[in-house]
Amino acid sequence: MRDESKPALPVVGHNGAHPDAVHTLPTNLAVKCPNCRELLVGKDLERNQKVCPRCGYHFRMDAHERIDMLLDRDSFEEFANDLLSADPLGFVSDAKGPYIAELESKRRATGLNESVVVGKGEIERMPLIIVVMDFRFIGGSMGSVAGEKITLGIERATKDRLPLLIISASGGARMQEGLFALMQMAKTSAALRRLADAGVPFISLLTDPTTGGVFASFSMLGDVILAEPGAVIGFTGPRVIEQAMHQKLPKDTNTSEFVLQRGMIDTIVHRRDLRPTIGRILRLYGAASKRFV
Amino acid sequence: MPYDLEFERPLADLDKRIQALQRRGDRLRPDERTQLDGLRIQLDQRAREIYRNLTPTQRVQVARHKNRPYTADYINLVSDDFFELHGDRRYADDHAIMGGLASIDGKTIMLIGNQKGRDTKDRLERNFGMAHAEGYRKAQRLMRQAEQFQMPVVTLIDISGASLDLEAEQRGIAQAIAESLFVMAGLRTPIVSIVIGEGGSGGALSTSVADRILMLENTIYTVASPEAAASILWRDSSHAHKAAAAMKITAQELLKLKLIEEIIPEPAGGAHQDYAAAAAAVKSAIIRHISELEQLATEQLLEQRYQRFRAIGVYKRETVGASSPTT
Repeated sequence: MRDESKPALPVVGHNGAHPDAVHTLPTNLAVKCPNCRELLVGKDLERNQKVCPRCGYHFRMDAHERIDMLLDRDSFEEFANDLLSADPLGFVSDAKGPYIAELESKRRATGLNESVVVGKGEIERMPLIIVVMDFRFIGGSMGSVAGEKITLGIERATKDRLPLLIISASGGARMQEGLFALMQMAKTSAALRRLADAGVPFISLLTDPTTGGVFASFSMLGDVILAEPGAVIGFTGPRVIEQAMHQKLPKDTNTSEFVLQRGMIDTIVHRRDLRPTIGRILRLYGAASKRFV
Repeated sequence: MPYDLEFERPLADLDKRIQALQRRGDRLRPDERTQLDGLRIQLDQRAREIYRNLTPTQRVQVARHKNRPYTADYINLVSDDFFELHGDRRYADDHAIMGGLASIDGKTIMLIGNQKGRDTKDRLERNFGMAHAEGYRKAQRLMRQAEQFQMPVVTLIDISGASLDLEAEQRGIAQAIAESLFVMAGLRTPIVSIVIGEGGSGGALSTSVADRILMLENTIYTVASPEAAASILWRDSSHAHKAAAAMKITAQELLKLKLIEEIIPEPAGGAHQDYAAAAAAVKSAIIRHISELEQLATEQLLEQRYQRFRAIGVYKRETVGASSPTT
């Protein structure tokens, strides 16, 4: 995990009730836009796909909000949801307590079993494998289970020859699993090598934030790489660079706009255009091996 | 080499007495000569004893010791000829990673390693071993070439972490690391990686997606440097010693967790006390592992490499039997 310095979004409505209820903002609650400071009504924000109607700021979304927003209604079939993080190192920090307890409390708070949700679904009636990261779960960090679920998704896409969509939102590798976490970068990348060899397309969508070991592995290996506007995207968090290197950074360092300008991604897509854009991409790759008639 | 670490004080004392006797040379009485021999044996034994029981933080100190042999030293001692290849053919030549054609016992291999730099000028030129994107792109070029010529690849790992400055971000450090993982995963030639000092984070992983990962006895391999992990988990890098212990970063712990294949023993008192002995151990490990891997057909080699990483992860299942973790 590289940088958690960004203030977390106003977390509202996460009362640990039914998972489906968790990601709905209470309609009467006011939320302040961290960018333009406008006070927004929860209901309006929700209706606007969690994009500030005034300034276009993209609020973070949780995994199930993403799935609901992008996939055809009722098309999602989750798999590998029974995998739970163990504690390979017996990790305890006196700042955060035992890792096991932290996992348990995140499970309760988010209604998720881990930081990654994986399944099969459809966009505009085209089937695909979708992997979604959820930043609320220990900063979306990648440990053994996240790596395993991503790899299972990639392997399913390879086997069934279904296009793959991975939506990143992560601080990077999970410290609490030590080298097991780092090695998930190699595991997922090795699986993507096989996907590529099989000629199956992979669309990588980078959302706020995508940093550290997640940015430096599968999320940068897409055949097409998209990002939402204004997301923090970088190997090292801007605050860490400034502290470590005593460098003053230009204002937009390590954002979507920065990585686009540097040629690291293909394009930035506003949230309202994501579904049709991914649909177009799927159609274009899907017709790659057709013959002219 | 002097014994200059805190926990080496008993060794430094013994060493001082040995030096004093040695200085007298031929003028030593027979009983003093016996005493000198005794002290030498004692030093060797004490060094082994102390080094057997180092704490994780002490291992970190040895792994980072300023006199420790670096990649360039191993290249000199291990190979009969070495022709360095420079540049990524895209942007620059990163001096934090060096590599080239190395002749070892009559066979040519592609030898690539992190190079920290010995004196201040050298260190600055090599960015303290913290590689930029162009370093990883150079390594990829050399690996692809090794594949083309059916040469095995050996990488030496000694990096605190990839460069984290603005230039690294501008030139796509994350893309370069990701591509290295991708290239190594499918490289159709044997790869052996040896941690010779520090294995730090993605900067180390990106040259160690190998068929075998070996570690010298006093080295570490970690998801993030103890200082970085402490500042994330404790919000304070001064808790690095706790992070070092909690993250299980030493060769001994990682072998137990089955994340590496083998530990290469170091001479008494650490590799920096005897470069030749350390290099000899590294050389024989290279020859043995490459010879084994060359027995495999390429498809088999790639399948084993895939499964080596595919199997890494500890988790359980929510339903019945949830208590038995799968490794």
